[in-house]
Amino acid sequence: MPGALASFIWLVGTAFELAFVVCSITRKSFFRYFFLNLYFLAVIASSVTRYFFLARFGQGALEYRYAYFFTDVLLTLALYVALISLYSLVFAELQFARYVRLTATLLLLGTALFSYAVVAQSSERLVTTFAYELSQNLYFVGLVLTYILWGAILKLRETRTRLVQFVLALGVYFSAYAASYALVNLASKYSIVFFLGPIVSCLLPLACTITMWRHSEESRLVPAQLVTVER
Amino acid sequence: MIWSVTIFVLSVATLLMFFVSYCRSLMASSSRHPLSREVRDVTGIPALPSGKDFVRVVQLLQLCPERPEDRTGLQAVGLYFKILNVVQRSLAQMIPSLQTWTERELAGCTSFAVVVLDRRIAFSREILAQQGEI
Repeated sequence: MPGALASFIWLVGTAFELAFVVCSITRKSFFRYFFLNLYFLAVIASSVTRYFFLARFGQGALEYRYAYFFTDVLLTLALYVALISLYSLVFAELQFARYVRLTATLLLLGTALFSYAVVAQSSERLVTTFAYELSQNLYFVGLVLTYILWGAILKLRETRTRLVQFVLALGVYFSAYAASYALVNLASKYSIVFFLGPIVSCLLPLACTITMWRHSEESRLVPAQLVTVER
Repeated sequence: MIWSVTIFVLSVATLLMFFVSYCRSLMASSSRHPLSREVRDVTGIPALPSGKDFVRVVQLLQLCPERPEDRTGLQAVGLYFKILNVVQRSLAQMIPSLQTWTERELAGCTSFAVVVLDRRIAFSREILAQQGEI
């Protein structure tokens, strides 16, 4: 079973995720940001599923590992879809939403095929390794796509506060998660690094909840103030 | 090992970029807030605040009842302010254009803190008014 600190981080994260969903319902924005809400609901569901498998079979059991990796790939897929939904919102006025969806589907298929090609040659447990590889690759694709979306937001001089802050929160989350992952590989002898990933995971729902709570759909930013180097 | 170091360096770089933009978006979202005469009198800050006033404004903020919705934004901007201070004392000494940029950003942090102070003063008044009604 996880220790006291891990359980505390898990509880805090789940509370923030729930807060986001409740907040978007009370602010009447649940369907506008449906896929972001769906992602946070999926995180809560996967946490409960993982806890159930952990309590029933234990941390070393194969059943728990299967549950962990499959919920992980489902969550990454849900986050990918949430990110694409933000793309659709940014490009909605340019009538590009259909092309965005088509490109996203092709990119997802390409990532899945690439992941399959990587694991097909060398693995015995094809399904779990494929889930792990797909999850990792989709995270990387997610980071790159967030970077591109941020570029598009600056270029299009997007002013919607909520949209801008959701994209930035996603950017912070993706890059901090990647940094924590690299740190685990670099300094695995320090147990503190294993808590960085879960802590980072709490920041995304926290930032999104604050944005949803503080700003209405009509809130606007001055686009020039977002650019680090003024034009 | 090399891959992990590369991933770490790149992800920290993108993290910083997104964090800076996130803080700027927090500051930009409060830039349209008209400041009351009270907050100008209390802080003694003229039309354009400077980075030097930030610590004093934060001290004034601690005297007011806290609004939960401001806390995280202020913490993020406070962290941004500290990072900017480090940049100003190190890299900006060598690059003059960076010096100008950090000063402008530090002033932006102060403006954000002043807006939060203004909201807290209004919040305190509301609480006092409610207590008066009771």
